[in-house]
Amino acid sequence: MPVEYLKETPSQTAGPYVHIGTLPSHAGLPVRQNETLNVVEAPGEKIVVEGIVLDGSGAPVKDAMLELYQANAKGEVGDATIWARAGAVFETGEWRFDTIRPGALEWRGGKMQAPHLTLLIFARGINIHLHTRMYFPEDEAAQASDPALNRIEQIHRRRTLVAEKVKDGHYRFVIRLQGDQETVFFDM
Amino acid sequence: MTATPSSASAALPDFMRRDRAWHPPAFAPGYKTTVLRSPKCALLSLDQGPGEKTGPVFQASMLHELDNDLVSNYAAATGSKGLAIGERIIVHGRVTDECGRPVPRTLLEVWQANAGGRYRHKKDTYLAPLDPNFGGCGRTMTDENGRYFFRTVKPGAYPWPNHGSDWRPAHIHFSVFGEAFAQRLISQLYFEGDPLIPLCPIVNTIKDAAAIERLVAKLDMGEQRPFDALVYRFDIVLRGRQQTFFENKREGM
Ligand SMILES: [Fe+2]
Repeated sequence: MPVEYLKETPSQTAGPYVHIGTLPSHAGLPVRQNETLNVVEAPGEKIVVEGIVLDGSGAPVKDAMLELYQANAKGEVGDATIWARAGAVFETGEWRFDTIRPGALEWRGGKMQAPHLTLLIFARGINIHLHTRMYFPEDEAAQASDPALNRIEQIHRRRTLVAEKVKDGHYRFVIRLQGDQETVFFDM
Repeated sequence: MTATPSSASAALPDFMRRDRAWHPPAFAPGYKTTVLRSPKCALLSLDQGPGEKTGPVFQASMLHELDNDLVSNYAAATGSKGLAIGERIIVHGRVTDECGRPVPRTLLEVWQANAGGRYRHKKDTYLAPLDPNFGGCGRTMTDENGRYFFRTVKPGAYPWPNHGSDWRPAHIHFSVFGEAFAQRLISQLYFEGDPLIPLCPIVNTIKDAAAIERLVAKLDMGEQRPFDALVYRFDIVLRGRQQTFFENKREGM
């Protein structure tokens, strides 16, 4: 018999009412009204990242909750970690983070990664959260040697992880759960 | 690129791989909403870097003293002196990793319907009434030994549109962070003996009966609060870190 470990608690969908516990004022509760979890206060260049999650029919996922995790402006995590959380607007499915541009984060063995945001997606109908990354359209050179992008065998799918620039410091990232342009999701 | 490696976080041990066959699959047509919300391409398996092996650290100072008391926290926040209606319960347990190590000082968030099965949420229109003294939102942090507890009322079952009117067993949603983003987990806690558990299409997205059993809180009569509250025990396990046998090994050696 191989060595036995405890098994991880299995995941279940976050459901349509995930906001009650994670973003209570978004759910309509008159509590924690001052919380703005989608706004990051940290030194660095302020950026806006807005977007939408689309289902396999192209319809917005209006009940999605997203979490952002990224390096600080100097490319550090650990104590310097930046974390944020946003709820899609119920009417449109649009979400938005006000954050700062991340520095390049180290990888393994001294290699470097291109600057990116890690995003987790939770929603009704998503049984275990989806994990993706958003890269910046300006960083083509760094992306050419990025260890995660380079592992994507279908080269055209790498584009699904690069945001569109709306204007300086303002990006749009469309996450497609299915279809020709299905976003790359990770198991890390 | 010549950025300086920033921290020791690249040298942190890796997490054991997630057993995706133990978790529910993304595509589980018995739960209809998964059909259009499940990726069709395989997930891309990748090693973990510092961005996966670290995670947000929350301070206990951000918690309000009533955050783990759903019986009274909503009333207190809205200026009422009342208490939530329903069967008073305390849920307690430990958060450990797959190696049995306690996960200390990690944030646990919970949300649930009231005793009638109604959520206090803009989008819930179930005919059961709201309880003016119940919000259904709570959070707590594990102690040094990974222990946690919160007090609430037992949530009611509620109907939802899937195959006509399906019914959810009584459940409490929970979210836990762990020590790294690789351990992030959101799931649901059910109650021992609930006959709706085996009928639920969401529960049944999980294929292994032993995995479902891990989501069922057990009645803990030894810990009951006499003339006050029943107690349920619910332990949570997050992904485990591998040991670092060769800490100073350089790549290529
Ligand atoms: Fe629920």
